Amino acid sequence: MSGQVGAMQLDVLREISNIGAGNAATSLSSLLGKSVDMSVSRVAPMPFNEIVEYVGGAERMILTVFVRIEGGISGNILFTMNLPDARALVRHMTGVVEEEGFSEMGLSVLHEVGNIVIGAYITALSDFLGFELQPSVPSLAMDMAGAILAFSLSEIGRSGDTAIVMDGALSLDGSAITEEGASRLFLLPDPESFIKIFTALGVPTDADG
Amino acid sequence: MRTVRVGIAESGVVVNPDSVTTLGLGSCVGVTLYDERKKIGGMVHVMLPSTELAKGGDFNKSKFADSGVPDLVDQMVRFGADRRRLVAKMAGGAQMFSVGGSGESILKIGSRNVEACRKALVGLGIPIVAEDTGGTWGRTVVLFAESGILEIRAIGRAKNQI
Repeated sequence: MSGQVGAMQLDVLREISNIGAGNAATSLSSLLGKSVDMSVSRVAPMPFNEIVEYVGGAERMILTVFVRIEGGISGNILFTMNLPDARALVRHMTGVVEEEGFSEMGLSVLHEVGNIVIGAYITALSDFLGFELQPSVPSLAMDMAGAILAFSLSEIGRSGDTAIVMDGALSLDGSAITEEGASRLFLLPDPESFIKIFTALGVPTDADG
Repeated sequence: MRTVRVGIAESGVVVNPDSVTTLGLGSCVGVTLYDERKKIGGMVHVMLPSTELAKGGDFNKSKFADSGVPDLVDQMVRFGADRRRLVAKMAGGAQMFSVGGSGESILKIGSRNVEACRKALVGLGIPIVAEDTGGTWGRTVVLFAESGILEIRAIGRAKNQI
């Protein structure tokens, strides 16, 4: 399925991503008490190594909250934050200015923010698709983007070297969203999940769109 | 002097004075082979332990330990290396996230990758002379064909040469 999704199916996935990431942005707005901008979701099949570049390069340090979902569909959800955005979030939530690295408290705030944001994404996804989704306990890592992404793609790697990336960029520090290295919410569905999504929504799957 | 970059599920072979690198290994394992006399070095960026996990017909050999390691040996031989002289070093195989419950086996993919690479090398009779594996952090690795030294860098940790 992966890599052979037509234009119409991609439109459907884009809509799902907009709904999920949009709900996540709304939850973040109410948490922060200020508006959070989200870019229109990009949904595209991308080779693994291109995905790593998309997040800012293999060695770029990012903070990521990771959740695995199982149930009606399965896949990984990642909330990736660049360091300036993560610092802005901690400052906004606690008033603490993080300099080098992050304090225990800062990391725990980011972990909780990720939990809320991903939870909102999953709720919207579950409501829209009419699927029960069981999320894993969220986990936080601060490390090189390549290391985090390649791990997150390992299940998809069983089927090919390309993943359909569904993501929306979020502006967490109030500045404009830059394409490279923005903070993002990713849904990386397992390849088998696409057919389930299209079937649930009555989207034909044999046409090339 | 050139540095060949190997991406996820890719491989590369270099000859002195060049080097081969892969950036940001997490649960993946960078397996390197070296022929000291010919000063030929190779690296494969293994993502998954076994081709048994592959779904569908065609697969990329460099992605799996059990196909990627033998394939790297063949590539080295084509470059003029002697398979009887090859020694291996490897790095990576970290556990990037720690959560319980569902997805447990997926989270342990790093240690499964390391085990599978070790098994593939033992099966080919290639000695593992050094490794820097496991842990919870990402690694960037460089193999220098001049010396056979594998250099490992990680965020917030001292540079390691093995």
